[in-house]
Amino acid sequence: MAAFLIIQGMIVGVFCAMDAILFYVFWEGMLIPMYLSIGMWGSANRSYASIKFFLFTFFGSILMLVALLYLYNKTGSFMIQNFYGLSLDLTTQKWLFAAFLFAFAVKVPMWPVHTWLPDAHTEAPAGGSVVLAALMLKLGIYGFFRFSMPITPLACEKMAWVMIVLSLIAIVYIGLIAIVQTDMKKLIAYSSIAHMGFATLGCFMVYNIAVDSHSLETAYMSLEGAVIQMVAHAFGSGAMFLGVGMLADRSLTHSRQIRDYGGVANSMPIFAAFFMLFAMSNVGLPGTAGFVGEFMIIMSAVQSHFMVAVFASLTLILSACYTLWMYKRVFFGVVANDQVASFKDVSRLELFNYILLAAGVFYIGLYPEPLINILRPTIGHLLLQSLSPDLALSVTDKLYL
Amino acid sequence: MEFSLPQFSSALPEIFILGMACFILVVDVYLTPAYRFITYALIQGALGGAFLLTLLQFGEYPEPIITFSGHYVVDKLAILSKLCILLFSFFTFAYARDYIKSRNIESSEYYLLGLLAVLGMLVMVSANTFLTMYLGLELSSLALYAMVAMYKESGDAAEAAMKYFVLGSLASGILLYGISLFYGLTGSIELHAVASALGDRQDVAALAAMVFVIAGLIFKFGAVPFHMWVPDVYQGAPTSTTMFIATAPKVAAFAITVRILQQALPGLQDSWVPMLIVISIFSMLFGNLVAIAQTNIKRMLAYSSIAHVGYALLGILAGPTSTTGYSAAMFYIVTYVMVAAGAFAIIAIISRSGVEFDNLEDYRGLNARNPWLAFMMLLLLFSMAGIPPTVGFFAKLGLLEALVQANYVWLAALSLIFALVGVYYYLRVVMLMYFEEPHPHASAPISLSARMLAAISVNGVAALVLGVLPSFVIDLCRISVG
Repeated sequence: MAAFLIIQGMIVGVFCAMDAILFYVFWEGMLIPMYLSIGMWGSANRSYASIKFFLFTFFGSILMLVALLYLYNKTGSFMIQNFYGLSLDLTTQKWLFAAFLFAFAVKVPMWPVHTWLPDAHTEAPAGGSVVLAALMLKLGIYGFFRFSMPITPLACEKMAWVMIVLSLIAIVYIGLIAIVQTDMKKLIAYSSIAHMGFATLGCFMVYNIAVDSHSLETAYMSLEGAVIQMVAHAFGSGAMFLGVGMLADRSLTHSRQIRDYGGVANSMPIFAAFFMLFAMSNVGLPGTAGFVGEFMIIMSAVQSHFMVAVFASLTLILSACYTLWMYKRVFFGVVANDQVASFKDVSRLELFNYILLAAGVFYIGLYPEPLINILRPTIGHLLLQSLSPDLALSVTDKLYL
Repeated sequence: MEFSLPQFSSALPEIFILGMACFILVVDVYLTPAYRFITYALIQGALGGAFLLTLLQFGEYPEPIITFSGHYVVDKLAILSKLCILLFSFFTFAYARDYIKSRNIESSEYYLLGLLAVLGMLVMVSANTFLTMYLGLELSSLALYAMVAMYKESGDAAEAAMKYFVLGSLASGILLYGISLFYGLTGSIELHAVASALGDRQDVAALAAMVFVIAGLIFKFGAVPFHMWVPDVYQGAPTSTTMFIATAPKVAAFAITVRILQQALPGLQDSWVPMLIVISIFSMLFGNLVAIAQTNIKRMLAYSSIAHVGYALLGILAGPTSTTGYSAAMFYIVTYVMVAAGAFAIIAIISRSGVEFDNLEDYRGLNARNPWLAFMMLLLLFSMAGIPPTVGFFAKLGLLEALVQANYVWLAALSLIFALVGVYYYLRVVMLMYFEEPHPHASAPISLSARMLAAISVNGVAALVLGVLPSFVIDLCRISVG
C-alpha cells in the first residue's frame, strides 16, 4: 500500500517537475517501489520479472541523464524551459534524440524494447499491473511531449519516419502476438503495447503531416488523438487488468490462464457485463473511450500517408480478434469446472470501482469535447515549440492562404 | 639559519590523539577485564575530542597555514578530510565493539592500533611534503596490517594480513622510489616547491617519478591494476576491520591524491589525466563485472569498492578542466564511504553471534527476520547503485556534471553503462532479502541492541536524507577543494 502511494506520488512528481534533475529523480525513484511491489507480491517468476523490469528501464534512463547533463552544460541551468530555446545543430540533436528515445521508448514501451512489459505485467500483483498500465506507460509519451519534441524538433522531423515505422510494427506485429497468448494478463499487456504504439504514432505523425499536407488542423488532431488514446487506454486496460485480478482472486490456484476459465458469465453476470464494456473500449467500439483516440489518429494518418492509415486501421481487426476471442473463451461457453461455477459476483466495492471506470469510458467515448478543449491550448503551445522554424512557417503559410 | 617555533596549535588534533593514545596505553595496564569498557570509552572520547578540536579549526583558519618548516599544512581540504576520518572511525569502532567481543579478539590493542591508524591518516591529509605524507601513510598502514592479523584463530585473516603486508610494503617502496626521483629532479620534497621546480618539464625522468608516485597512491586506493589485495583483505579480515579499512583510509588516500596531483604535479596534468582515465575505466569495468560472480558479500562489496574508486577518480581527472571535478570526487568518496560503512556494519551485526554470515545466501529473507535492518540495507545498496533519491545518485550526478563540463561526454556515458552492470548485483542482494523466504535453519528473528539500532539507523537514513538534501555537504566539499 505504502509502495503504491509512493509510486503515485512519484508519478505526479514527474508530471509536475519543471527541473530536469527533479524530473529524473522522480522518474528513477519510482522504480524502487515498483520493483519491490512486483518482487514481493508478484507470482512465481517474480524475481526474474522484477529485475528485468528494473534493468530495462534503468538502462534507458541513464542515457537520458547524460543528455540532460549535456543540455545543462549548454544552458547553465536545469530548467526544462531553458532547454527549449537552444538552437542545436542537427548532429547534436540526433544524438540527444537518440538518448531520449532510449529512455522513453523503454517506458512506453515501443517495439524492440517492449519485452519487459509482458513479464512485469504477468508477475505483478493486480494493483501493480493497473498502476503500470494506467500510469507508468504514459510517462514515456509524456517524455516525448516534454523533451524530445520541443528540444530536438529538427531531429524529430528527420527521424519521424523511423518512429512511425516502429509504431506500426508495434501495432500490427504485437497485435498478432497478442492473439496467440494463453495468459490473460499477457494478452492485455501485449494489447497495451499495441495501443501505446498508436499514441507514439500520433505523436510523430505530426511531422509528416506538417511536411506533406501543411495542415495545422490535422496536426492538432493527431496529437490530441495521442493524448486521448493514452487516457482511454488507462481506463480500458486498467479495468481489464483489475478484472483479471478479480478472477484470479476468486480462483483457488490464482490462475491467469484462459483455459482454466470458461462460462464465467453464468456465475458472474454483472462482472461479465462490465468486462464486456471495457473489452469493447479496448477494441475501439464507437461510443467508448477507445474509439475516439484511434479514430482521430487514423483520420490524421490518412492525411499524412495512405499506407500508414491502412496499417494503423489493421488494429481495429486485430484488437477485435484478440480481445473478443479471449472474452469468448473466458466468459461464454460451458462452465469449465466447479470452481468457476462457485464464483461469487462482484462485491459492492468492486462494483463501485467498476462503475467509476465505466463512467470514464462512456464520458470520453460519447462526449470528448471538454477534454479536447482543455487539451487544445496546451497542444497548440507544444506544436509551436516542436516544429522547427522552417516547417512552422510552411504550415502557417498554408493556413492563412 | 632562522629558527622559528612551529605553530603547535594548528596540529592540536594530532597532538591530542597521540597524547590520548599514550595515556590509554598506561591506563589500560591498570584496568581489570571488568573495566575494559573504560578503554573503549576513552578511545571514543579521544576521537570525539579530536573531532571537536578540528571543528574549531574550521572557523579559525580561513587561510591555509603551513608550519613545522613547511611539512605540515592546515587548510580546508585537510580539515574536512579529518572531520570525515574521525567521524567514520567513531562509527566503525562503535559497530566493531560487539563484533570483536563475540570473537574473543576484544583487546585494548585493537582500539589502540585503530587510534594510531587514525593518527597516521590525520598526519597524511595534513602533509605538505612527501616525507610527512609517507610518514602518515606508513603509520596508518602498519596499524592496519596488525588489525587485520589480530583475528588469530582465522586462517583467512592471517593470509589476508600477509598479502596486505607484502603488497602494501611493495607499494610503499614504489611510492618512496617515486618520491626519491622527484627529490633528485627538484631538490625538494615540499609539494609547492616540487611544482615550481618542475615547471613544464615533460621529460622521462619526471614522468617516471609521477608514474611511481601515482602507482603507490592507487595501491592505497585499491584501483585496477593495483587492486589484487582488496578482495582478499576485505574477505579475510574480521568484518570490523574490513569496515575500518573500507572507510577512513579511503578518505585519506583521496585527500592526499588530490593534494599531490593538484599542488605538486599540475604541470604534468596532460600525462596523469589520460593515465587516470585508463585506471578508472578499468576499475569500473573490472570491479563491476567481477562483483557479479561473487557469492560472498564481503568480497562482492570489495569489488564494488574497486568500481567506486574508479568513479571517484573520474572526478579527479575532470578536476583540472572543470570547476567542480575535485569537489564532486570529494563528495562521492565521502558519501560512498558512509554507505559502505553502513553495509559492512550490517554484515557485522548479522554475524555477531560468532559465525560469519557473509555469504549472499545468508541474506535470504532478511526482511522476514528483521524488516528495519533489511530496509536500511536496501537504502544503502540503492545508494551504492546510484538510484535516486538516495545520496549515491547525487554523488554520481556531480561527477557526471564535471565530466560533461570537461568534455568527456563519452566517459560519462561509459561510466553510466558500468553503473548499470553494478545495479544488477546490488539488486540481487535486495532480491534475496525481500523476495525470498529465509532458510528454515536460519529463520530466527535478528535482534539488535539499542546502540546498534541507533547507529545503523543514523547511517541508513543519512543515505536517504543526504539524497534529498545534499546541498550542505556539497557546499562543504566545494569550500574544501574548490
